[in-house]
Amino acid sequence: MDDLLQEFIAETRETLEALSGEIVAWEAAPEDRGRLDAIFRFVHTVKGSCGFLDLPRLARLSHAAEDVLAAVRSGDRSPDAPLVTAVLAIVDRIGEIVEAIDAGTALDDSGEELLIAALDGSAEAAAPVAQQAPTAQRVATRSVRLSTELLDRMMSGMSDMVLARNELARRMRDQQADPAIEAALDRLSLTVAEMRDTVTRTRMQKVDALFSALPRMVRDTAAEVGKSVQLVIEGADVELDREMIEMMRDPLVHIIRNSIDHGIESADERRAKGKREVGRLVVSARQSGNQIIIEIADDGRGIDTDRLVRKLTASGETRGRDLSALSERAKLDLIFEPGLSTKDEVTAISGRGVGMDVVRANIEQIGGRIELVNALGRGLRILIHVPLTLSIIPAIVIGIAGQRFAVTRQAIEEIVHVGGDAIRIDLLGDTAAATVRDRRMPLIDLGALLGLSPSKPAAADMLAIISASGGSFAVAVDSVLDHEELVIKPASPAVMAAGIYAGQTLPDSGSPMLLLDCAGIAAEAGINFTRDAVIEEEEPGEAVAATVDALLFEDLDGRRRAVPLAIIDRVETVPADTARFSGGRMRLLIDGRIVPLASLGDIAGRPDLAVLRIKDGEAEVAYAIAEPVDIVAVPSEIVPSVQAGPILGVVTIDDEQIELIDPQWLLGPDSGGSLQPGAPLCLIDSEGDAWIATFLKPVLEAAGYRVATSAAEGEQAAVILTTDDSGRRDDRVVRLSNDRRDIGSADRVYRYDRTGLLAAVAKRVEAA
Amino acid sequence: MSEQLFLIAHIAGRGVAIDSSQVESVVDIGQVTPTPRVAKHIRGLAALRSRVVTVIDTHAALGLPPIGIAGSRAVITVIDGHHYAVLVDSLEDVAPFEASPLPSGIVLDAAWRRAGCGEIERDGEPILTIDLTALIHGPSTDAVTIN
Repeated sequence: MDDLLQEFIAETRETLEALSGEIVAWEAAPEDRGRLDAIFRFVHTVKGSCGFLDLPRLARLSHAAEDVLAAVRSGDRSPDAPLVTAVLAIVDRIGEIVEAIDAGTALDDSGEELLIAALDGSAEAAAPVAQQAPTAQRVATRSVRLSTELLDRMMSGMSDMVLARNELARRMRDQQADPAIEAALDRLSLTVAEMRDTVTRTRMQKVDALFSALPRMVRDTAAEVGKSVQLVIEGADVELDREMIEMMRDPLVHIIRNSIDHGIESADERRAKGKREVGRLVVSARQSGNQIIIEIADDGRGIDTDRLVRKLTASGETRGRDLSALSERAKLDLIFEPGLSTKDEVTAISGRGVGMDVVRANIEQIGGRIELVNALGRGLRILIHVPLTLSIIPAIVIGIAGQRFAVTRQAIEEIVHVGGDAIRIDLLGDTAAATVRDRRMPLIDLGALLGLSPSKPAAADMLAIISASGGSFAVAVDSVLDHEELVIKPASPAVMAAGIYAGQTLPDSGSPMLLLDCAGIAAEAGINFTRDAVIEEEEPGEAVAATVDALLFEDLDGRRRAVPLAIIDRVETVPADTARFSGGRMRLLIDGRIVPLASLGDIAGRPDLAVLRIKDGEAEVAYAIAEPVDIVAVPSEIVPSVQAGPILGVVTIDDEQIELIDPQWLLGPDSGGSLQPGAPLCLIDSEGDAWIATFLKPVLEAAGYRVATSAAEGEQAAVILTTDDSGRRDDRVVRLSNDRRDIGSADRVYRYDRTGLLAAVAKRVEAA
Repeated sequence: MSEQLFLIAHIAGRGVAIDSSQVESVVDIGQVTPTPRVAKHIRGLAALRSRVVTVIDTHAALGLPPIGIAGSRAVITVIDGHHYAVLVDSLEDVAPFEASPLPSGIVLDAAWRRAGCGEIERDGEPILTIDLTALIHGPSTDAVTIN
């Protein structure tokens, strides 16, 4: 953090010095657009850095100034003298605060509100406050800002020096030189090695320098927009060229702010979609071959490309293209169009015309590229690939069929000898797989892949376990020879075209060696890890949602459902003939007692039934299922059902929608109705008469019958209710009439005679 | 047209002239480290002083059977910042000549067509001038043949 702060101070100071001329010129000619832009850029940069460094006072000042300048730029306000004075007062104040931060002294913040108010023209007395001379004396700087070009030259000179020393050592070995000369050479070697470390350090920084400020920034940004976001940082140890880190900072901040502002939904929206309320943002860095990949993945709503197209079309930014005809990928790339803001309103977080186009330009400037992996509704992954300019890397030298290759040490998890039960090689079909202490992974016979030796994976003796993005794989090697720090240079294009090399090097042995690109080798061998396989580690504590244990089971209708474990007394298998429709509903005879039986499927045709005995105090109910599956943790966020019923709601378990059975409903008085597929079917044949369906259905269902207006194929209705008096001869028919005199009649039933109707229906059911 | 310096060498039994501006030096290549799975005309890597050079098998680059013997004379050239050692059968001379385009009607056969770029005349004998860049790109730039 201190490093970042020092850099911020140095940069702001430098820019202020350069800007002082501009400010005076702008004061003289407020219409000058170039000057205006320069000042706008300055306050914009300060605002961005403040968000990063947590300097709220500076952020407030610069944000206010930026607002006003943006209004001037868009022509909403004119740069009159009070406005110019107010902006200059803010710029001065920024300078004072920066000096105060550097000196570590406190600076009275009174008057800052006035400064900000002056921007609106509402307070004019601000100017005198700003006239206070900076009180703090400048502290002598402890650092020098060097151009990275100079560091580059130093680094390249260093590499050549190492190589020259290596050659000298080799020649002296060949010629059996005088011990005194050898001693001198040793001293030289030592100095060169130390020097090399130092020079390397001047350019390298852990990517942690870039990531360390993120948690605070994510927290603040999320708080500003009222969302909760869990940030996971991976691979902070990866080292990156200092210049890369500098160049990555703005794009990273921008992307993360975008993710939180646009990508991750509000807690309510997330709950409605069945996601965890807390949004998840994963920022990771890893080295892959000759690249560093920084990935920013959120689990938000992703990019709606169609909306993007509509927006661009509506704003007339199509430049004559028919955007809807573009491929999905090309549509996605539209977010890099200049001037695009996917949000309609400008917020403090993002979207003031410094867009993804600038982000991409910044990344391409350092020879990187940016890749989007979009899953609409599920999130967006942004992968930033930047070249690996680490010219000196620690490497392991392996031997394959007599030839030596280097592998970056970072890629190697471990090196193991085959033997015993812990580490073994098996053939699955013709594919070799290595088992290393219960981890099974693909095995690549590198000798065969490189065409150096015939394929003999099962005979491998030593395995290097390589971690690639998404998973690990084993590589069979003949020997592990050395561990060296190597000066890696890019190989010629023809060699790189093979796709399995990351560069070349000239080690002390004097014969050139190739650095293997592990990701490329995995690709050549056809190994493909799906990213989903990565186990997500939850951060313990507040962000973890409370879970409930539930029994996951296969229901009679073939669907998977879950029921809270606490409510289940036991799971039993009973003969199917113990279940019977009696007394108006399905009941189960078990342990000499009769228990109501519920199910969401047909129990017919099964010799025996698996039932869940659900008990809550005195109340007991049995629920018939096909078979229990597993005990799972159910997240506490449940998407409720549309209507009350046996299904409490829907939860996600292993990326599957699972209906959760409502135990209260099962035990409650309402469970008699449609829950009993084994119940007799009442067919309502009432063409043109909506009354029956509307009024009789609830009555019949409450009595434990199933009610339908047409029988499903192969289903026999036990009772047919009709108002049709045309005299159909069918024992199952109950005729309904409008005539009160039919009460007590054996032939017809007065339709409002509830008791008579149920009795008539029960009589037909018994007869069936 | 003014005269330029050309290096006269033999490749695949034919005399060729190489523009000296393409030639950094002429060396003997020692041990070559193979580069598996790389295009056929890339023999491998060799150390040249404190640099690694990519060794080009000229025969393979011209679509002929690769040179059998290890180690040979080579012309070092730098293309796009990378050093290459182009293997030659033998080297003769460096001398100024006047370059001219190939006479009309003479069409080189497939292997030589991309490399050949003109001719010089030495004592009445025409010698094909070649462009090393074409040799480095190999027999086919479209599809790189994998071993």
